[in-house]
Amino acid sequence: MRNSGLANMDVASTGDLRRIAKLRLLQMHYESGVGHLGGNLSALDILLCLYHFVLRKDDLFVLSKGHGAGALYVALWSIGALTDDDLRQFHKEGTRLSGHPPAFGIPEIVFATGSLGHGLGLACGLALGKKLKGEAGRVFCLTSDGEWNEGSCWESLIFLTHRGLDNLTMIVDCNGLQGFGTTREVANLEPLSEKFRAFGMDVLEVDGHAIQDIHTAVNQGHSRPLAVVARTIKGCGVSFMENQMEWHYLPLNAQQYELACNEVKQACEMSSADH
Amino acid sequence: MRDVFCRSLVSQAVDPRLVFLTGDLGFKALEPLRDALRERFINAGVAEQNMVSVAAGLAKLGLRPWVYSIAPFVYARPFEQIRNDVCLHKLPVVLVGNGGGYGYGVMGNTHHALEDYGCLLTLPDLRVFVPAFDEDVSAMVPLLMQLDKPAYLRLGLADRPAGCTIPAYSCWRKLIAGDGPTLVVLGPLAGGLFRVASAMSQAHRPDLWLLSELPTQALPEALLDSIRRSQHLVVVEEHTAAGGLGQILSYQLAAMGLAPRRFSHYYARGYVSGLYGSQRFHRAESGLEPAAIVASICKI
Repeated sequence: MRNSGLANMDVASTGDLRRIAKLRLLQMHYESGVGHLGGNLSALDILLCLYHFVLRKDDLFVLSKGHGAGALYVALWSIGALTDDDLRQFHKEGTRLSGHPPAFGIPEIVFATGSLGHGLGLACGLALGKKLKGEAGRVFCLTSDGEWNEGSCWESLIFLTHRGLDNLTMIVDCNGLQGFGTTREVANLEPLSEKFRAFGMDVLEVDGHAIQDIHTAVNQGHSRPLAVVARTIKGCGVSFMENQMEWHYLPLNAQQYELACNEVKQACEMSSADH
Repeated sequence: MRDVFCRSLVSQAVDPRLVFLTGDLGFKALEPLRDALRERFINAGVAEQNMVSVAAGLAKLGLRPWVYSIAPFVYARPFEQIRNDVCLHKLPVVLVGNGGGYGYGVMGNTHHALEDYGCLLTLPDLRVFVPAFDEDVSAMVPLLMQLDKPAYLRLGLADRPAGCTIPAYSCWRKLIAGDGPTLVVLGPLAGGLFRVASAMSQAHRPDLWLLSELPTQALPEALLDSIRRSQHLVVVEEHTAAGGLGQILSYQLAAMGLAPRRFSHYYARGYVSGLYGSQRFHRAESGLEPAAIVASICKI
């Protein structure tokens, strides 16, 4: 049951979807007093694209950057898989919606994540399992960019390219900021795309806030496992958050919340060019 | 045990759910399994963290993955993947650690597994299987294929004394009756203890019990009777004291109000002299030599 009136829209006109989802994300985090907004705002458009325009019945998705749970919950809300009541429980005592995706309680969430460097291996297992069972469907996995500091990511990369898991698509939310510095300062992995290509992946770079471009990229035919390197903005859509590391952590106060909501509303009114 | 393990799994290969992952180990041992499973035999390379995550993904789709390596590489290296990916989701992944305890002998302490089941038993729903004899492996493999939860199988070197009749497989088995202390052993040290005890008269030898699965669950009434009578419980295991069977059993008995007057624990003490040798060398340094144990507990 879809409860948000956002279903069945055209991939070329997603302005309303993006605005409503962003406002709902801000509201959820504000009401719960929870930070981690920066990385959620960088991932939100990718998740909206996946849940509205990419994922089909037999497909599976693993959110490897578990700190993007807020964006995931809002994306699930936007397709009607979670309700407003569910979102109001985010981070509360006795909630199903923990700060990172839970192991049980939400059927659309296949795996609990939050410790970085797990999701891609899990996605590899799902993709390999589908092949062994002769099952239809694809597997998608969203990692962060800082997550690629984890050695286990590279283990999984070796595995998926060696095994030719062409039913797996990996998307990297490259917002350029991680826990305590920029990705370039902490452990520079750029050019990331060249590294993935050298391992044997097909690689596409896209604007990670352009839903139509993401959609085109993940649906592009590929003979090798596909990596979509999505260039994103941490805190996207809220000027005082954009590319500011502290918004990896900080919750909003009332004034900031109002300011953020106004910006999102105004930006969408000004821009008729839907991403 | 490894050959029996391989044969037992080959006999399960008809089950299309069975998938075997190895961390690049099994040369001159697992080839028959590789041939039987073909595309369901996965050499995941020297990358144990990914291997365990992959196994969790496979299990999520209803497959039955087995993950194999030298014991420390299968429980210690990918511990977080076991904790988060397998156990948090209650997935039926079987971790197989070859060379439990000091099994890899003079290869050195990086290859030993002295705290494997202690660590793993802190995780929810995981069940540990420790065979003592080859026959146990044959009995456990079909059980593990049907188990709907995470499991760890600790393989070692079987030691079956000549003439020893082993009771049919069960979690708890009484190996030999004695009027001395109640001795509970886990793993292949059982063979040596049986050999020593069987050369003694019933009046003097220990009442020898073999445990093969953890958690212990309900303790057999006959074992409790033995402890009530002897008032001396002896636990022998090739594992650290911390998290080991000695702690588990004494805790359980204390909670039941059945703590015996005396408790002796023989366990892996690490590297006493700082020198390296065979499994037998390290066992001896830890006081895990069966003849010495029996002499010590039956003399006191």
